[in-house]
Amino acid sequence: MNTENKSYTISIYTENNLGLLNRVSSIFLKRHINIESLTTSQSEIENVNRFVIVAAMSAHQAYKIVGQLEKQIEVIKAYAHTDEETIYQETALFKVASDSLFDERQIQNIIKESHANIVTVSREFFVIEKTGRRHETEQLYQDLKPYKLMQFVRSGRISVTKEPMNISEMLATY
Amino acid sequence: MHFNTIVMETKTQTTTKISQEKTLHISGAEAVVKCLLAEGVDLLYGYPGGAIMPIYDELYKYQDQLQHVLTRHEQGATHSAQGYARVTGKVGVAMATSGPGATNLVTGIADAQIDSTPMVCITGQVGKHLLGTDAFQETDIVGISTPVTKWNYQITEASEIPEVLAKAFYIARSGRPGPVLIDITKNAQFDTFDFEYEKCTSIRSYKAVPDVDEKQLKAAAELINTAKKPLIVFGQGVIIGEAEAEFKALIEKTGIPAAWTILGLSALESKHYLNVGMVGMHGNYGPNKLTNECDLLIAIGMRFDDRVTGDLSRYAKQAKVIHFDIDPAEIDKNVKTDVAVLGNAKETLEKIVPLVNDNSHQSWLQQFRDFDAIEFDKVIKDELYPTKDGITMGEVLKEINQVTKGKAVVVSDVGQHQMFTCRYAEFNQTKSSITSGGLGTMGFALPAAIGAKMGAPEREVIAIIGDGGYQMTIQELGTIFQTKAAVKIVVLNNEFLGMVRQWQQLFFDKRYASTEMTNPDFVTIAKGYHIDAQRVKKRENLTAAIEEMIASKDSYFLEVCVEKENNVFPMIPTGASVSDIRLS
Repeated sequence: MNTENKSYTISIYTENNLGLLNRVSSIFLKRHINIESLTTSQSEIENVNRFVIVAAMSAHQAYKIVGQLEKQIEVIKAYAHTDEETIYQETALFKVASDSLFDERQIQNIIKESHANIVTVSREFFVIEKTGRRHETEQLYQDLKPYKLMQFVRSGRISVTKEPMNISEMLATY
Repeated sequence: MHFNTIVMETKTQTTTKISQEKTLHISGAEAVVKCLLAEGVDLLYGYPGGAIMPIYDELYKYQDQLQHVLTRHEQGATHSAQGYARVTGKVGVAMATSGPGATNLVTGIADAQIDSTPMVCITGQVGKHLLGTDAFQETDIVGISTPVTKWNYQITEASEIPEVLAKAFYIARSGRPGPVLIDITKNAQFDTFDFEYEKCTSIRSYKAVPDVDEKQLKAAAELINTAKKPLIVFGQGVIIGEAEAEFKALIEKTGIPAAWTILGLSALESKHYLNVGMVGMHGNYGPNKLTNECDLLIAIGMRFDDRVTGDLSRYAKQAKVIHFDIDPAEIDKNVKTDVAVLGNAKETLEKIVPLVNDNSHQSWLQQFRDFDAIEFDKVIKDELYPTKDGITMGEVLKEINQVTKGKAVVVSDVGQHQMFTCRYAEFNQTKSSITSGGLGTMGFALPAAIGAKMGAPEREVIAIIGDGGYQMTIQELGTIFQTKAAVKIVVLNNEFLGMVRQWQQLFFDKRYASTEMTNPDFVTIAKGYHIDAQRVKKRENLTAAIEEMIASKDSYFLEVCVEKENNVFPMIPTGASVSDIRLS
């Protein structure tokens, strides 16, 4: 069995029920697997939610985690994908003091080159939004760090798979 | 997540209508009782308290239809419900109040989860307006019980009760069974609503029993038909699936030796010619040794627990593996399988019997017999026919066998006596060995025996317990006294926590840290509860005492003072391979 750890994106289709987050996270906790990011939202199907969880584990652990997740009553289907098998993005927000935008000409170049968007500008601060892969938001963070970065926040990963999921068809068979 | 209030709607598809009382306007508490009755519950175990009083008030009114057994601790309620469930195959029900009442259920719930026992626990909860305020006896039991329940849910509106309870019973009993906890806030118990009950028969996100794949069945049959040295290891899946007859048909047709896990015990009668004994840490010599010599290992309704497999990297590596199980998550969890046959054991075994060839594996079976002879000589002989003065646990079981003729339900606790019981107690009927396998819960046996006796009142129920475990739930003697449950209690007293002491002797240079017990007078305690009791210290009194106990129409307590420092053998030390099993 392959015991080498790598990053897996665990996608879980679930009913939208209270307490399910606790049940899902406890499956990771029980196996001492640290969740690196977790996002939940409505999925393409009405009343069906989708969790996207990123964690490092071995291929066999990923297989077992999926089995344990699918065993939960309100989990419809779970998948484990490697980074190569998914299309994924994260969003980061940067709050920077407004004076640096005017004082430091370099900032404007950074924003342009990174293809980030300015979300809002006020007298005190402006907010930049950048969506992309982790290394892109990380680069922008490093670039902006010297210029009075007041706040920084990055979302969990959201991803869609390259393969079709066919959840609606599956639900019809229950 | 968007934790909306639209929770239970649209999730359950229901078909069978149970109740004709369509527009009954009743309280949530009364609805709970009506739901239990609709699910065929006639007996439940529990302990009242503030947050569940409205339901108890209804239990009082319905006591002619629904018997409530007051245990002396909520843990006892869960184990009694488990004992009842294990002996009947029905769902056991336990009830408790909020806070400490609810948390006291957790051990039994965890036990039921790991041993796949169908159980529904109902807990009271503080009123909805008090949730999250650290109210008196408020505890987040849904949060606490999540990792150890098959499903759990908090009801905060009376109108949710019928649908949620229907779902609870369906989930608890279907597929791989397990415990479900339903927490009901006090306002939901008091509020009234229009009651209507429909049984749950499916849930869209839950597939109770996987479809049987004919291709996998054929592949399994082909492996079985070509194997020269096949070995079956069966577990509780045969019992839960009520597949005993199909299982027997399979082994008798193929002539394959069959060994059992601790929870598979009694699925096949002890004296069947293909029953080659127990696998695992204190199992029999032959099946453990030959696990590493078979060319095909057929696992049926078992989960390759570490106490069964020993070191996985040296477990049956030479063999092809077929795994029959109802739970897809068990496939390849611990042991890599070549063929997985998913489904209910009753269905898959029935379907595979026509596909396998008539066979007998005489010389292979003889290898088991040869190992049996070695084990008898080195271990069993001294255990069953001791020449030294001290009474052995094994001979107590041998004497019990002679009186019960394998017909009794034997409930064992956890420790050395449990291993002796499973090794030496004889069974000729299924659902007859009840023990805490996966969780190893000391204190399980006494309350579980109460549930077993109530589930099978016509049968002899004997609890075999160590002096340690007995004192963990000894208060349930009160339940026996009050309900007159005719449970026979045998305490094998070695004045030690014997299994831990054995490990200390073997692996910790005899440093007996906190394993010696100074015990009270157990006979006096039993008599305090008006239970007939006696103590046996000498071998010559043992047979008569056991006969007197079995002859008694009422509950009976028998303390047998056994040799203090005997060990259970054979033994696979932790981390060793099954074939490294030791005889001494």
